[in-house]
Order: sequence, then structure tokens, then C-alpha cells
Amino acid sequence: MRLGVRIAIGVVVLAALAIAVVLSMQPGALPSKPQQPHAAAPASGAANAETLLIQKGEYLARAGDCVACHTDPEGKEFAGGRAMPTPFGALYSPNITPDEETGIGQWSSDEFYRMMHSGVSRDGSLLYPAMPFASYTKVTRADSDAIYAYLMSVQPVKQKNRPHELKFPFNKRELLIGWRTLYFKEGEYQPDPKQSEQWNRGAYLVEGLGHCSMCHTAINALGGSKESNEFEGGMIPNQNWYAPSLTSNREAGLGDWDIKDIADLLQVGVSKRATVYGPMAEVVYNSLQYMTDADAEAMAVYLKSLPKRDAEPPPTSQARLVQPSVMEQGRKIYETQCSMCHGSDGKGHPPSYPPLAGNQSITMASPVNSIRMVLNGGYPPGTKKNPRPHGMPPFSHILDDDEVAAVVTYIRVAWDNSGTPVAASQIPELRKLLPE
Amino acid sequence: MPLVVAAQDAALPAFKEIDSVEARVQGCVTCHGQSGQGTNSGYYPRIAGKPAGYLYNQLVAFRNGTRNYAPMNYLVAYLPDAYLREMAEHYAKLRPPYARRDPGNVDPALLARGEALVKTGDPQKTIPACAACHGAGLTGMQPGIPGLVGLRPTYLTAQLTAWKVGERKAAEPDCMKRIATRLTESDIAALSAWLARQEPPQDPSPESANLVRMPFACGSQK
Repeated sequence: MRLGVRIAIGVVVLAALAIAVVLSMQPGALPSKPQQPHAAAPASGAANAETLLIQKGEYLARAGDCVACHTDPEGKEFAGGRAMPTPFGALYSPNITPDEETGIGQWSSDEFYRMMHSGVSRDGSLLYPAMPFASYTKVTRADSDAIYAYLMSVQPVKQKNRPHELKFPFNKRELLIGWRTLYFKEGEYQPDPKQSEQWNRGAYLVEGLGHCSMCHTAINALGGSKESNEFEGGMIPNQNWYAPSLTSNREAGLGDWDIKDIADLLQVGVSKRATVYGPMAEVVYNSLQYMTDADAEAMAVYLKSLPKRDAEPPPTSQARLVQPSVMEQGRKIYETQCSMCHGSDGKGHPPSYPPLAGNQSITMASPVNSIRMVLNGGYPPGTKKNPRPHGMPPFSHILDDDEVAAVVTYIRVAWDNSGTPVAASQIPELRKLLPE
Repeated sequence: MPLVVAAQDAALPAFKEIDSVEARVQGCVTCHGQSGQGTNSGYYPRIAGKPAGYLYNQLVAFRNGTRNYAPMNYLVAYLPDAYLREMAEHYAKLRPPYARRDPGNVDPALLARGEALVKTGDPQKTIPACAACHGAGLTGMQPGIPGLVGLRPTYLTAQLTAWKVGERKAAEPDCMKRIATRLTESDIAALSAWLARQEPPQDPSPESANLVRMPFACGSQK
């Protein structure tokens, strides 16, 4: 089964850049032998310095969600082998357990930091940007060392890396140099002295380990994303979920949200305003639920402060016109199938059942997520603070295309919602997709 | 907070209290019915009254991807063990009435083959009787063997075929795999047809474990 692979990004392009730049980036001054002995399990649980470092590293590895990509659904933790479909072919994540032969057991902390910071592997080869080194470059050396110490402490697994299956010319790593020139800016996070310590902590986590922009910034045909469009949202390639803009109040802009609701959404998976499903449910399940309250709040403070940039003007009243017969059809379906949980007034029963009235993820320009929810239903992630979430059933076998379009149209415009109608012709394509 | 129950239709969302297991499992109802009795579609199985251990094993397998059915894999992908256990125990306790049986006309010879396989198996092919593990009343056995009554031919055929081709599997030693690979397509049609036509039992509860020695060792019964 396919947990949402949220990488996709990357593999990039190259066709356009097929300027064969065959530079070799051999590791010049890198030490040939591992510098650090493998950290064994900490003795007797005493909180010595090494234990504390490993614990810190475990927490940071959670924040970076390493496990999501580096673990195959049927495999061992961190042993890699997870398939990541991209528009350019399939990538397979590598083994990052400390196995000497097949994992990263021989890596030094210097080499690990260079990989995180510069996107260059131990052997000097360039990483595909499915590995979010464009975000991880912001991670401090101290934090990189902690993650390294943690990974060295986990159970080694002997499992050879599976070669990528990329189509020509994307299988030429040299072409990555072009991608890097366009889209990669190396450098650790620099705190903004004008902002609070809390804001800076949030920015560090969101922009760095959290690698939120991997999904929440639109990706162009070259598999790259522009800093100027950061957090403006976009379709996640190969997953067909829409990652909403975090800067637009029409999408998931958080400008008018309470800090508590943002932090809850991230850490609990449900909030008074909205609920996470799909790929974001995976992020919360594997990563964000483990964040401390202080870190979740810091991320919320930073996200709320993102500048408001609506890429498009709100829809005109003309664009919002709905045929009365469609509206009536949608209302009837809603009353029968949806109102039990979401209420005739669309206010839901938050946080158990999310509100639909005034919910930006319902009214945003792309109706993809709403359509997918109606077709496939969904459960929010079961988290430490919400271990028994309420679920929504699928309706794909009950409603035909006209009915799905009518009910999604209804929730997008009822209760003064500012969305636009959806056409039945938009449904079949999404119906064909496997739920994931 | 008490809410009005909106509709009685088995496949429609309905519950009394938000903070209840009924409300939490609304994600299941459009396919499996409000009480796990199944719905109009023949492909979705009745889950009510199956042993909790069996239901739990299936939920975990769907979550981990060892049982493949994309709509289920998606729904339970991010749910923890304890919650899946609670869902399984909830449906295991329910005893809704059975739906009407399949009235279709079937070749009597096929039905006879189905009945023979269920009750005595086929010693020539080393196929034990279904009833040897799924219970004398075919209501399943605690903790991990499902009941076969109340399931419809579409579902039964699909599952037996999936076992036969190795698409569906269980914990090793995988007894059901050993059996399904011995069944022909015609055997599967016979079993599905006969099982789907049986009267529901007076007591639909699964048999207790260890009343009988099972003919094959089964990983799910450990």
C-alpha cells in the first residue's frame, strides 16, 4: 500500500537542461575512514551526554520525517527501498541504517552533514532532490550531528539499495548540476533578529527539517520550485492531492486562525477549523504528532505570520453562479448523506467532524481535495492527542458523477462559502485514481 | 451530546453520541452497513460477529499493505493498533440480522460439490472440510478464523481466488494458502454458491478455540 509519498518533487528535469555538464564532484578532503565509533544502545538509561544527543537526534529525525521515505511499508525501519513514483520514473529510497555494507555505517558525521547541507552523497554523487536537501541545508551542524548519532544507534539492517528506475535522460546525475543552479540555495538557517526566538524556531523547523515547501510550493515542469512562490500551494505530482497555499486566505492561509488551532492541526491532526487527510495525515502521523507543544506552537506562530499573497483574485459573482436545479440536487444529497456529521448549517462538530462552512480547503480554487474526500472518505491520523479519530466513509459507489459534482458544488457555495461550482466532467479522472 | 438519528438506511451515516465508537466508525458504514451487516453491494462483506482477532488481523494487514484493497488501505493507513483493536472488538460484538440469501438458480451438481467440500472436504486432493476450521455452524472460530455464513458469492469468489493466486495471504504457516491452491475455479464457484444459499444459524457466535484439532496449522490461530 502506498502511504503518500510526498517527495515526488523532484526528480527533475533535465530534459530541458540536457546540456551535458559532466563535472565530477569527487569528495576531495573527506576522510576515508569513519571518524566515529558506532554508538551502541545507551548504558542503563543514564542520561549521559551521548544518550541525550541520541534522544535529541531521534526527535529531530521525527521532525524531518526521515522514516516516511526511508522505510518500505513492508520493510524494516530506515532500511529504505520505498518506491517513489515521479513523473521521471521511480526512485527507491536508500538504506540509512548503520549497516557497514549496505547502509550508512561507514559514513562520518562530516559526510552526513555534507549530504544534508549540500546534497552530495558520500561517494560524491549528487542527490536527486526527492531528498529534500534544499530544505535540510538549513539544518545546523549541531542538529545534523544529533541526527547522525541517532541513526548510528538504530538497528543495522543488511539490505542493498535498489537502483532507481529513471528514464533517460533523467538517469544522468550530472544533469542535476543544472537543477541545482536554478533551484538550490545552500546555507544554514539564519535567524531573523527582528523576530522573536519562538518565530525563529518555527521558521527553522518549517523551512528546514519540516521541508513543508516540498509540497506546499508549486513545482514547475522542471521539478523545481521558486523561492518567490514559496508556500503558495500546488498539486503534488503523482499523488493528485492539492497541497493548499499557506499564504492565501482563500486556501490554507492561516492569517485569521488562532495559534492553538494551527498547532492542533499540525500536532493533533484535527482542530476547530479543519482536519488533515491524505498526504498531510501521513506527515502528522509519522512526524508532527511527536513535536513538543512548544515546537508545534512555534511552527504555528511562524506559519501564521507568512505574508498574504493571493495569486489570483477572488472568483467573480458570475463565476460563482450555480444552476438552481444543481443546487437543489446538491442540497438533497447533502441532507441525506452529509448533514448527520457536518450539520445542515455546515458547522460540523469540530474537532470530531470538521466544519464545511467557512472552511478554506472546501472553497479554494482547486476542488480536487473535496472531490477526493467525497469519493474516498478518509480518516485523520490517530495521534497521541487524538488516538481514536472520527472517520468519513467513501461515497464513490453510491454517488454518480453528476451527484458528486452537485454535492461538492453545494458545499462550495452554501452558507456564504466563496467557492465556484464543479462540473461533472471533473469527476471521472479523480474517480479512476486509487485512493491514497 | 445527543443527536437525532437522521436516517435508518443501513448505509447512511447515523449515530447517537459524538463521543462513541459508533460515531468514530462512520467511516465504515457506506460499505459495511451501520451494524456491519453489509450493504446492497455484494462485494462488501458482512463484518458483524466475525471474531475480533480476525477483524483486527485484517485491519492491521490493510494498514501495513499485506492485504491489498486500495480503499481500505487508504482509510486505515494512519490508525494505531489500539484503535484498530477497538474497531474490531466493536464489530465482533454486533449481531444484526442477516440479509436475504442468494435465491439464484445453480446447477445441483455444483451445489453438491460445494456442500461436500464444506462438510467433508476432498481427501483425494488433501483438502480438509471448511467446517473443520470455520466451525460446525460455519460461524468461525476464535480468535482468528472468520465465519462464512452471511457472505455473498461475489465476495467469497473474489477472496478464494485471491488466496489461490497468492494475492491474499495470512500469517505463516498460511493454512488458507495451502487449501486455496488446491481448489479449482469450479471448486471456488461451487463453494461460493453453496455457502451463499445457507440458512443463517440460530447463534451466529464463533466457536471457541481449541474445541477441535485443526487439520492444518494456522498462523492466525496462534
